[in-house]
Amino acid sequence: MNPRILAATTGRILRQLRHDRRTVALLVVVPGLLLTIVYHMYVDQPVPPGRPSPFDRVALIMLGVFPFLIMFLVTSIAMLRERTSGTLERLLTTPLNRLDLLFAYGLAFGLAAAGQAAIASAVAYWVFGLTTAGNSALVIAIAVVDAVLGVALGLLCSAFARTEFQAVQFMPVVVVPQLLLCGLFVARGQMAGWLQAVSDVLPLSYAVEALQEVGAHAEPTATLWRDLAVVAGAVVLALVLAAATLRRRSG
Amino acid sequence: MEHAIAVRDLVVERGRRRVLHGLTCSVPRGAVTGLLGPSGSGKTTLMRAVVGVQTVRSGSVTVLGRPAGSSTLRSRVGYLTQAPSVYADLSVRQNARYFAALHGRGRAEADRAVADVGLAEAATQLVGTLSGGQRSRASLACALVGEPELVVLDEPTVGQDPVLRADLWARFHALAAAGTTLLVSSHVMDEAARCDRLLLIRRGRLIADDTPDAVRAAAGVDDLDEAFLRLIRAGGANPAGADGDPS
Repeated sequence: MNPRILAATTGRILRQLRHDRRTVALLVVVPGLLLTIVYHMYVDQPVPPGRPSPFDRVALIMLGVFPFLIMFLVTSIAMLRERTSGTLERLLTTPLNRLDLLFAYGLAFGLAAAGQAAIASAVAYWVFGLTTAGNSALVIAIAVVDAVLGVALGLLCSAFARTEFQAVQFMPVVVVPQLLLCGLFVARGQMAGWLQAVSDVLPLSYAVEALQEVGAHAEPTATLWRDLAVVAGAVVLALVLAAATLRRRSG
Repeated sequence: MEHAIAVRDLVVERGRRRVLHGLTCSVPRGAVTGLLGPSGSGKTTLMRAVVGVQTVRSGSVTVLGRPAGSSTLRSRVGYLTQAPSVYADLSVRQNARYFAALHGRGRAEADRAVADVGLAEAATQLVGTLSGGQRSRASLACALVGEPELVVLDEPTVGQDPVLRADLWARFHALAAAGTTLLVSSHVMDEAARCDRLLLIRRGRLIADDTPDAVRAAAGVDDLDEAFLRLIRAGGANPAGADGDPS
């Protein structure tokens, strides 16, 4: 890898994003709107004594799930555009290394996700009174790691898509099962054994558990660090696989 | 003299179809070599093999003394794809600066490359808003910005007006005079006359590898279009039919 090329490519991707004002507006506004819906869904629900309110529980998980979902989609489409426009083929004839390109996407969209997570968290904490035992900065940090996980899986999946239609179809395949099994709908401990086993190998489960740890404990716990390490490991694995599927030569 | 590109017995298959049938040819250094042939004759495939992004079945391609696609070649070779491969959602200048940065060049070189293709006034425009001809010149600027020793240009003058086309060819010759090797493809014969050397291919086979004058002399006509036709007929190996669409 080459720091100069990595920086230039990250800057290029962010510049492309900046020119797309509507996408930027959607990234900024949509999480807040969805949190508003969730707030009003749960506002009249009784709070079980000694438990976090339903809004606190769901909003906290949403802060992590949202960047994962959005960055997965954005990255799949962005990478597919590189392929179909011929820019990828041209890039592969320049001194750019495959890892420069993949890490640049991770960095650029990770930065975009940090901005998005900061705004969404501000809305959740200040407008809707989200309370967590742990630090809100940790929530944002976990959200960014989740976003980078979305980017890495998006980069990997885009290798298997020839068209935008196919790329979008990977969302129900890759994202929705993780969403269903991450503990948002049913606590993972209450699932059937085989579903729990599936949940145990899906990285989003660990991301959600990390957020729940911040929600329940004032100080970062050992489980939190282990969960973050698992998610980071999944990111590295997905990037290595993405690099392996990104062939310089094609037919 | 050592050649800039040496292709030996190159066989390429795309899907089940054989596109290049054991092609052998070479490209001299410091000159403009035209790669001429009808659409579908294998020009783009040969160029992709030269820049190292084409899977090859057998044979060898040596570029500047190294196997095509070697990592050390990537800073020495510039490639213009047939469809303009620039970012539509960036300005011309931002595109040029990005490709300049990949080659370790700065903003001044990027701005010069944009001016060299006649886009100085459109430098701040988004590529997506440009005309087809302007867009392909923006792409050309990005191929030349790294000042490569070998430039591979796939149909760089399609859709350009005659004055600009003449300017671009003058620029290619200026680069060649300064020592750069250029391999330029075209399917229009009037551009063949502007080249120092010609490679004529049809249906994945080499028909001629010579200077324009020698091609004319061999065919016994002054018109290169007619000369190409006579060489094909004299070759006789491929009677009219099926795959290529002669233009």
